[in-house]
Amino acid sequence: MPDLNPITAWRRMLAAPNDSRGKMLAMAFLVSAASALAVSSAAVLLGPRLDSNRAAERQARLEALLADLPALADLLAETGADGLDIVVADLETGTRADVDPSAFDPEALDEEQISALPPEEDIAGIGTRPDLAQFYVARDGSDIAAVILPVYGQGYQSVIRGYLALEGDLNTVAGLTITEQGETPGLGANIESPSWQAQWPGTQLLGPDGEIRVAVVRGGAQNEYEVDAITGATRTSNGVQNMVRFWIGPEGFGPVLDALGEGRL
Amino acid sequence: MTSSLSHITGPILRDNPVTVQILGICSALAVTTSMTTAATMCVALTGVLVAASGVISLIRRHIPGQIRLILQITIIAALVIVADLLLQAYAFAISERLSIFVSLIVTNCIVLGRAEAFAMSHPPFPSMLDALGNGLGYSAVLLIVAFARELFGQGTLFGATVFQTVTDGGWYEPWSFMLLAPSAFVLLGLLVWAIRAWQTAQAEPDPTPVRAEGETP
Repeated sequence: MPDLNPITAWRRMLAAPNDSRGKMLAMAFLVSAASALAVSSAAVLLGPRLDSNRAAERQARLEALLADLPALADLLAETGADGLDIVVADLETGTRADVDPSAFDPEALDEEQISALPPEEDIAGIGTRPDLAQFYVARDGSDIAAVILPVYGQGYQSVIRGYLALEGDLNTVAGLTITEQGETPGLGANIESPSWQAQWPGTQLLGPDGEIRVAVVRGGAQNEYEVDAITGATRTSNGVQNMVRFWIGPEGFGPVLDALGEGRL
Repeated sequence: MTSSLSHITGPILRDNPVTVQILGICSALAVTTSMTTAATMCVALTGVLVAASGVISLIRRHIPGQIRLILQITIIAALVIVADLLLQAYAFAISERLSIFVSLIVTNCIVLGRAEAFAMSHPPFPSMLDALGNGLGYSAVLLIVAFARELFGQGTLFGATVFQTVTDGGWYEPWSFMLLAPSAFVLLGLLVWAIRAWQTAQAEPDPTPVRAEGETP
């Protein structure tokens, strides 16, 4: 009958010679378990604070983006931030969803409201896409002054999140801001730098036939559809390009943008 | 009492981990562009160092020799993640500016060095004092370098204007070299030189002395 009393087993473990195999395994296990416990309890206890910090950061970046849009500055000066219409839309149909925008929580969607993306359409590398998405429309009277779309996609080693602002023609980029990324510091992380983002305003998204032409290219932008990639950060640059292409495309906000252009939304 | 005090004071000047052992200079270069980031980094590193030395010293008799480095790194890494999370929760703006350098405390040679050289063979209390002393020694160097870099690079200290810069209508033309990493190398070199000129015992023998013709070693 082996001794199963945990206290004597513990004492036996402590008394065992340090280089015995059993003690080595026991110490390795105990140290990893204690470390894992410390890290996960810190993450859980601090989680709400971290989330609210990140949300505040996102809000600040959105406000900074809005403040930088020349088309919006005058409009918002007149109407204040209330001039911004928060819309929750169904991405499949491009119609307004029957949801209160102020109570909309993208984290709390049901499983039926999230679609899996087939690999050939999933250029942004995000796997699944919610059917309902929130975005912002600024109107000047009945004309659209700007549309601000939240976008995200896989970069080189992290998920990149940001906001893409379009001018009233829904084809000219008014600005791109990155709110969250964990790319290589000094290289890919430069997508957050104002000097790189400054290339985006004025970039055209679609060619004359309506095909998506916007691109992040190496070796210098040649025309109004292109933006310079960051040297040494090809995969981050491609990630941003594919993120923008995905979210203005048919699986992203494409149907919504069509509806907006036809005045249906 | 005198001996426990020497655990703290020794590493600050006589056996400073940065200027004598030339450890931990990666972060000393990276976070010293401003006093705020340098001070935050100092607090984070000292906290992790003291906690890691305490924990490792507490279980030192039961750490099997063959896996001791892995166990030490596991403990240090866990503490660094906790410190990083605490910074993100309570000092979000500064943690954004420090970016990965807090996580890189794991690879800071001072932490593993003190665990291996001191905590593994001493009781918890002296180990934590030794860790505190080394943390303060690292902090002293970081703050000196950051003081010079922020003052001459931006004309400010802790973000408060000291020299009015030309762009703000003052007289001071910021020395932008101070904001680049090489300036930290130069400052660190000058600091090491100054300390070794004063504390001559710290100077190392010249490994390649120039000899007169015909002289034999």
